[in-house]
Amino acid sequence: MGIEEKLPSGILLTSVEKLANWSRKASFWPATFGLACCAIEMMASGAARYDLGRFGMEVFRASPRQADLMIVAGRVSQKMAPVLRQIYDQMPEPKWVLSMGVCASSGGMFNNYAIVQGVDHIVPVDMYLPGCPPRPEMLIDAILRLHEKIMHEPLGDKRRKQLEARREREGAPVVEPGEMPSSYRFDKQRKAEWLKAAAEGREEQLRIQKWMEDRARIAGTVPRKNGGAR
Amino acid sequence: MGAIIDSMKGFGVTFSHMFKKVVTEEYPEQRKAVAPRYHGRHILNRHPDGLEKCVGCELCAWACPADAIYVEGADNTDQERYSPGERYASTYQINYARCIFCGLCIEACPTRSLTMSNEYELARDNRKDLIFTKEQLLAPLLPGMEQPPHPMRLGESEKDYYVGALDNPGMSVGAERVRSSQTDSERLRSEAARVEVAQANQYGEKK
Repeated sequence: MGIEEKLPSGILLTSVEKLANWSRKASFWPATFGLACCAIEMMASGAARYDLGRFGMEVFRASPRQADLMIVAGRVSQKMAPVLRQIYDQMPEPKWVLSMGVCASSGGMFNNYAIVQGVDHIVPVDMYLPGCPPRPEMLIDAILRLHEKIMHEPLGDKRRKQLEARREREGAPVVEPGEMPSSYRFDKQRKAEWLKAAAEGREEQLRIQKWMEDRARIAGTVPRKNGGAR
Repeated sequence: MGAIIDSMKGFGVTFSHMFKKVVTEEYPEQRKAVAPRYHGRHILNRHPDGLEKCVGCELCAWACPADAIYVEGADNTDQERYSPGERYASTYQINYARCIFCGLCIEACPTRSLTMSNEYELARDNRKDLIFTKEQLLAPLLPGMEQPPHPMRLGESEKDYYVGALDNPGMSVGAERVRSSQTDSERLRSEAARVEVAQANQYGEKK
């Protein structure tokens, strides 16, 4: 992209990469692109109770020229598609797109001629967030996953090739960046459990197990043995 | 003078918030429990011996308004048994890029095989990962359960399984109808009801 292509690779560059990625994720300004009911949840995420300001993104920019992230919140009609593309084109690099809700992700229940069947037909999407509409926690989770992905983004082509070579040599990680749910990633013990489960390919079962344990804890009972046999 | 007093009043309101409790939820670190019947990720339940409850009838797929569910049924044999009935689902997929969490599939399910959890952290960076397969949707094997295929352990016929399910719901705790012959106190003693009441209390709901 710029000067980083000319520099020799080494410790200096990886530190710069970390710093650049950190600053990118720590002030991740979203463009307002609320199209339907998902926008209400997006507004709720910005408000006091969920407070996106905790992650440095309380400023929803009205102008795409100052935004890094486009949250496509809601169904995109065929008529809106060129507008969406124009907004995306007006955003400065580097930029990311979060497709919020099932309508933006794939058309959702609107499988008809008026709705674009997934916003990735128009712009490249970095994170798909299901839900109809997703609750604010889900949006925050998606954003935090995107943060993790950004932290692993290579700075420049040279570094990208280097990382790809390393990946070929050592194999892909068990859990790719952005795959772990945020409530697991931010808790040391649960993170370890998730990593262990992912290695065995039963991370989804772990989630159900944890959910059942949570329920039992709330009720003040312990989970029953034998799947509920009395 | 009035203007000054008025503005002081205004700032007073703002300042008084310094002493009020913070409403912000510290989400990724602390996850607050959702409403007890929140529609989250699906679970494909098992009988207490580990057999699958799903009989591959595809009613969930028919009920789905977004066409998010894909089921392929297959026949059970005595050598290879996955569910107590005649058939089981050899393929079961839910496309979370389409699913609107309306719960119509849950209502349609005749065996209480499909229920919903409160799990909601589902974002992924590609559409392929949002299609959950049977392996991902199936409930974990709890102690006492055995990975199918295996013969029926809870009774001779499928009827034994379904009649027994009223007292022994297995994984779909909370989704089962409590017997109407039970008195209120008995009903409260049942685990499912207790969980629900406690969760509702925590959420601040009146029951």
